[in-house]
Amino acid sequence: MAQPMIDVRDVAKRFGDNVVLKQINLHLPAGRVLGLIGPSGAGKTTLVKSILGMEKVDAGTTTVLGTQMPNRQIMQKIGYMAQSDALYETLTARENLRFFGELMGVKGPALAKSITHVAQVVNLTAMLDRRVSAYSGGMKRRLSLAIALIADPDLLILDEPTVGIDPELRQQIWAELRTLKQHGKAILVTTHVMDEAERCDELMLIREGIALAQGTPTQLKQEYAVDTIEQVFLKAGRLQDENHSDR
Amino acid sequence: MRTIAIVKRVLREMLRDKRTLALMFIAPLFILSLMYFLFQNNSTSVAKIGVSNVDTSLVKALKNQHTDLASYGTHANAKTTIRQHNLAAFIHEEDGKLTVTYSNSQPSDTALVKQALQGGVTKLKVQALVAATKTQKRVLQQQAKVLKTVMAQQQKLQAAQGTTRGQTATVGNSTSPKAVPAYTVTSHYLYGNSDSTFFDTFLPVLLGFFVFFFVFLISGISLLNERTTGTLTRLLATPVRRGEIITGYLVGYGIFAVIQTIITVTFALTVFNVHMLGSVWIILLINFLLAMVALSMGIFISTFANSEFQMVQFIPLLIVPQVFFSGIITIATMPDWLQWLAHIFPLYYGGDALMNVATRGFGLGDVSGDLWILVLFAVVFTALNVVGLKRYRRV
Ligand SMILES: Nc1ncnc2c1ncn2[C@@H]1O[C@H](COP(=O)(O)OP(=O)(O)OP(=O)(O)O)[C@@H](O)[C@H]1O
Ligand SMILES: [Mg+2]
Repeated sequence: MAQPMIDVRDVAKRFGDNVVLKQINLHLPAGRVLGLIGPSGAGKTTLVKSILGMEKVDAGTTTVLGTQMPNRQIMQKIGYMAQSDALYETLTARENLRFFGELMGVKGPALAKSITHVAQVVNLTAMLDRRVSAYSGGMKRRLSLAIALIADPDLLILDEPTVGIDPELRQQIWAELRTLKQHGKAILVTTHVMDEAERCDELMLIREGIALAQGTPTQLKQEYAVDTIEQVFLKAGRLQDENHSDR
Repeated sequence: MRTIAIVKRVLREMLRDKRTLALMFIAPLFILSLMYFLFQNNSTSVAKIGVSNVDTSLVKALKNQHTDLASYGTHANAKTTIRQHNLAAFIHEEDGKLTVTYSNSQPSDTALVKQALQGGVTKLKVQALVAATKTQKRVLQQQAKVLKTVMAQQQKLQAAQGTTRGQTATVGNSTSPKAVPAYTVTSHYLYGNSDSTFFDTFLPVLLGFFVFFFVFLISGISLLNERTTGTLTRLLATPVRRGEIITGYLVGYGIFAVIQTIITVTFALTVFNVHMLGSVWIILLINFLLAMVALSMGIFISTFANSEFQMVQFIPLLIVPQVFFSGIITIATMPDWLQWLAHIFPLYYGGDALMNVATRGFGLGDVSGDLWILVLFAVVFTALNVVGLKRYRRV
């Protein structure tokens, strides 16, 4: 079997006495899209950062591309898009792309080509030479996504990539993600948009520190005997709360 | 290579921020100019000089539009007279020896008195010289007359030589000119010392301080911004080394610090004609090291601030005390514990080195001790910064 892109084993994490992750296992092979869903504050971002090695975990291990994290070199193979935009506002979009490209180790003509390509994907070609301070929220989001794609990474980790992006562009972005997947890339994406969750190959619902439900969208809908992922989300949550009140 | 990417980005961001650029390059010039004019003799200021037992010709010679002379008794005490009558200086003469006591609370007044004194003494010398020349001229004319008479006598009478000899002797006597008054001047200062021409003395230290202050503030705030906008975390999600980030910052802002130093030093040397005894290159080197310390310290301190406002709060705490220990106030006369405290501030070493090079003409070897300590400061803070970034990524 091909080595998994992400392998998370029994990860636990807490901030002070706020237990965020109790025991999480996650497995992502190449060529798949895994969607992380869960209520706000469930620990999706925390899990993502733990995978990247940017958050210290209290227990368990995270392995990316067969290498235990944290590891600096592996970062080169991960395209990361953070939940909040981290851009240099005084620079233009092109300068931001070039800067992060250089940090990711992309050089010379390859970088120029890559910038043209990713700008096209997020539909920013016409605005590339404008300063980021003059960008709208959605434009900044798209630029962040473009930066994640700049080094043509094997693994994409996208934390709520489509917030503030219009439906048309969202279609376009998901089409691109599908293409990338077909090229053997693995994609981990967190989202609150249920129709996006439907498009994932696999879903993981995190709630109160555990993976409450896991499987393909179809499997999950069957398991909970409902028609939509939104209903899965709500029903699973309700059941978990009932279990607690039983005790 | 990643370092270069960071350097380029730092430079580009800085060039876009016109206000900060102006602050870095124009503000020091503005403050320097302001200080220059504040501490410069302006034509309206008048120094009050007290004289006691001073030769009237000298008193007359001392008079100019910047001095106001008042006579006091032969036994007047210099110190008390200065205090009582708010004099800039008190001059006492005894057997051709001048004892000058400067109040020196206003270095510009001291400069006025010195100018007047020097001018006065020179004037007297010139006067004496002119007088001597006049006498000589008169003597020469007399001699010529005598010579004529003598020749006439020789031709006509071929008389006895005794008369002629006697006349020449008389002429010889009158040629010796009147002695030029040679005053020996002893100076005393109630405050400070003879070096206390404020601007000249403290300019090198001020230069160092400006470099330190602006570089500290700008580098600290820029790294703080990087932290608060999340770009620092984002940076560390790339394969960049922690050391590369810090080096990029040091080089990027170091370039600006060098430019700033060159502009300020050139400005001071050319526009204000400030005289520096030592090499300008050593001055630049010291300033560069100070900038490196400020840079690494600014970045380090910024980790303890959560906003720009909190960063500014460190100025009275960390920057202002450095001014006191930079050499503007004499450290040797401070209480022991303060002298000891001075040693923890980088500007103490920087100020010491700058002062020694600029006003005492020390060479590189003489100030190397100070320089190595500055290097040590920079290295320690840089190391702390690299380690500090572990908070964001553990490798
Ligand atoms: N640095 C931190 N220090 C303390 N607590 C934190 C920190 N980061 C996150 N938390 C806490 O961890 C919990 C999970 O946060 P996280 O950002 O992972 O949620 P999330 O699932 O991504 O939420 P959202 O969907 O709103 O983005 C929250 O209760 C949050 O308060
Ligand atoms: Mg989140």
